[in-house]
Amino acid sequence: MDILLELGKEQMQREIPKFRAGDTVRVYVQIADPNAPPKVAKPGKKEKLTRIRPQMFEGVVIRRKSGGVSSTFTVRKISYGVGVERIFPVFSPRLERIEVVRYGKVRRAKLYFLRTRVGRAARLKELRTDKR
Amino acid sequence: MRNVKALLGKKVGMTQIFAADGTVVPVTVLEAGPCVVLEKKSQQGKDGYSAVKLGYQAAKEKHLNRPQLGFFKTIAQDPMRHIKEVRIPEKQLDEFEVGTKLEATVFEEGDIVNITAKGKGKGFSGVMKRWNFAGFRVTHGVHESYRGPGSVGCSTWPGKIWKGKKMPGQYGNKPVTAENLQIVKVLADKNLLLVKGSIPGHRNSILLVKSAPKKWKRA
Repeated sequence: MDILLELGKEQMQREIPKFRAGDTVRVYVQIADPNAPPKVAKPGKKEKLTRIRPQMFEGVVIRRKSGGVSSTFTVRKISYGVGVERIFPVFSPRLERIEVVRYGKVRRAKLYFLRTRVGRAARLKELRTDKR
Repeated sequence: MRNVKALLGKKVGMTQIFAADGTVVPVTVLEAGPCVVLEKKSQQGKDGYSAVKLGYQAAKEKHLNRPQLGFFKTIAQDPMRHIKEVRIPEKQLDEFEVGTKLEATVFEEGDIVNITAKGKGKGFSGVMKRWNFAGFRVTHGVHESYRGPGSVGCSTWPGKIWKGKKMPGQYGNKPVTAENLQIVKVLADKNLLLVKGSIPGHRNSILLVKSAPKKWKRA
């Protein structure tokens, strides 16, 4: 197992802000967009023109799943009245950055109960003093 | 017949890596080599076919019997725990010399390989697990026979059950080959290979990595 952990560490060098379930975050994901201004991807082996741009996804973190490089977190938001959840790998190079907007006060690690709640019932109390 | 690359190794486990474009690639990590060439067989020799014998992992002398020790004595090599013979084309024999060490660097990124290992044992399994039978309904009057095989044959003729009839029995714990797997990365300093996808066997099981004949890389 040690070999696997070591392999993972090489890919876990990114800086990730501290956040947990209940926090509201803004995730900037790179998406392919033919209309985006062309950008030369990392000067490496092949110079490849990629049209990528960051797209913002803002919502409540309802779950963090830890597992070394395979760690993921799930962000839930309501988009045009429809609940949307996206699962991001924490160490994905496609995540440009993660911003924590609001620290929520919650008493459990997985907030699956939010899925059955709509509107005012789906609010979480904010943790004002940053104890973390 | 084209050149064959082959190594004995050990399964380390599965993890994932991020490709250059950010996609997640599931990989199995293998420890491949170092292997030692123990014997060369030639079409001209008494064997009548061309092959090399590879050895993997050093063994203590007390773990081998006398004939085995005798073999290592005649070739003047340290005893090895695992020995496997790999058929190679005659013209490739010159590449190998008895005693040479083969490291993971035999392979390079992008190679397509077959991996053979003893699969995980499933014990005495029923027909649904072993042969993908459909089983029966759980409702509508079916009783005590939800996972059974059903009828296994005819009546007076032939008066027996055909040989090879799919029935329950030992499943797994025998060699399985996973074909056409891509090598994603070679870590030379640690003798590790990263192969895309899953492979047979449990962790630490001994495997044979060999270039895949169905997907020769066009030179």
